[in-house]
Amino acid sequence: MSKLHSVRLNKDLCVGCTNCIKRCPTQAIRVRDGKAQIAEYRCIDCGECIRACPHHAKSAVMDPFEALDNYKWKIALAAPSLYAQFGAPATRTMVLAALKNIGFDDVYEVAIGADIITARTNEFLDEARRDKRLPLISSACPAVVRLVQMKYPGLIDNLVPFDAPVDITAQIARRQSLEKTGLIPEDIGIFFISPCPAKRTAVTNPIGQDSSQIDGVIAISDAYPMILAKLEKLTPEQIHSLDNKLMATFGGVRWGYTGGEAIAVNTEKYLAVDGIHNVISILEEVENERLRDIEFIEANSCTGGCIGGPLTVANRYSAKSRQRGYIEEAKKLAKDHPDHIYPYQYEQASVWTKTIDPNPAMQLDSDIFKALEKYEQMEQIVRNLPGLDCGACGAPDCLALAEDIVRGEATETDCIFKLKEKIRDVASQLGDLESAMNKLAHDNHVVRTSDTESGE
Amino acid sequence: MKLDFVIRGSDFINAGEASSGTKKALTRLGISPKAIKRAAIAMYEAELNAVIHAGGGNAEVEIFSDHVQIRVIDNGPGIPDVELAMQEGWSTAPDIAREMGFGAGMGLPNIKKNSNDMSIETEIGHGTTLTIMIRF
Repeated sequence: MSKLHSVRLNKDLCVGCTNCIKRCPTQAIRVRDGKAQIAEYRCIDCGECIRACPHHAKSAVMDPFEALDNYKWKIALAAPSLYAQFGAPATRTMVLAALKNIGFDDVYEVAIGADIITARTNEFLDEARRDKRLPLISSACPAVVRLVQMKYPGLIDNLVPFDAPVDITAQIARRQSLEKTGLIPEDIGIFFISPCPAKRTAVTNPIGQDSSQIDGVIAISDAYPMILAKLEKLTPEQIHSLDNKLMATFGGVRWGYTGGEAIAVNTEKYLAVDGIHNVISILEEVENERLRDIEFIEANSCTGGCIGGPLTVANRYSAKSRQRGYIEEAKKLAKDHPDHIYPYQYEQASVWTKTIDPNPAMQLDSDIFKALEKYEQMEQIVRNLPGLDCGACGAPDCLALAEDIVRGEATETDCIFKLKEKIRDVASQLGDLESAMNKLAHDNHVVRTSDTESGE
Repeated sequence: MKLDFVIRGSDFINAGEASSGTKKALTRLGISPKAIKRAAIAMYEAELNAVIHAGGGNAEVEIFSDHVQIRVIDNGPGIPDVELAMQEGWSTAPDIAREMGFGAGMGLPNIKKNSNDMSIETEIGHGTTLTIMIRF
């Protein structure tokens, strides 16, 4: 199984249509021999293809529930977007209690990590203002970070250089459970219940760190039926088992949808964008220095934010409405029981230890002279293509086919219009040949006839 | 390698297409992100100047292995006082442009800041040719 990516194709279900190739924001997919193929070096794990495929041929590679069996002490990390999958009368504590009871020994809210990052981002903002590294761009969405590496490497220095909320929560969970259980680190299994495949890739192929503290990533959609079943039969004892659990603030819970992260940053000059194609247009603006008045950008690959993740179950609009209920609940808890709030102020957000390198996937050749040559060829080829961007060749548009031809991965006759032209040419050549043969035959006949005539 | 673009005057919706196209090409060539950023910013400003002040024009981009030369040519009114236009905050942009957030008088100074070489040929009533060079 690939460590680099978490999207898999089921060849039996793929009909070779153009839905995924058209929607992929980095043009990483081609249809070859009637089946979709993902070029790993270009995939950012955004999950758009999972959503786009009407035949459900694309799916996320997540960890199975059986992976829990490898550990003595099992911890679940609940994404802020998990709560909103369940409606009233479920409360935050009830969702966490139900999650714990599907097979875990303990649960932690990823919203705690979000609280920590918010606090640290506010400190870091002053530093970024001094160093003129504005606007800061949130690094919480791994698909956005990978997009920046590939298409906007000039903005790498604008990324908030902290581990994601889930990683910070995992570090806390591991530290506290080692103290609590006295077990060795290998015996503790930390599982993230995730709304998206990009988070799994961020575990197997970490961003900004050498290895992740997370041992497995389970899809919300896989855990959903089990949590729902437990929710329906939740006992008071099970709920009370979490009475001493320290909880996140409403601010952390609010990270579940777009805008929740940005609104907590100490600046009025913020912007929150979601949907990978919208993120691209905003990053484009940032790169052209058109957003000079913006200090912080929250960017989420999924429309709606994490509640719109490809592995969520609830409709994202109803999820957003529910999320507001959980936010109010969290506000009330902080007011009535301030001692039940996790002391996020005393935690550090771990800073990236590994540099975020540009990903040269867009580059035509590592040699500039060869790249120039290939670019010119590409321009020439695309001028001769029909420009319909129909996708029938298996590439998302004519320019992408031209690129594939230059890279030696396709030929001009993969274009059905070009193929038709060629067939027409061949046919007319055959026609010419036929008439030439006919003429020859006729001439021969005439010659022969005249021979006969003269022979008389 | 040459790229040619048409810049349409007062078309704020499509303004930036030339610089964005140039940026895409430079990314394809594997030019360093910092140089691409400088080229994109300088060209965007030049393009916007042609959109706002000159009723449009043309952009000619020539890419070499170690630098890019960007030329933005317009047939607009010309710049009466280049030295004044080079000062930060100086602007003759019409209200419509300012309302859209353009015309803050940072155009030419910003181009100069981001380029390795910049020259302006301008003639009143005939137009302006701005040539920018960015080394990779």
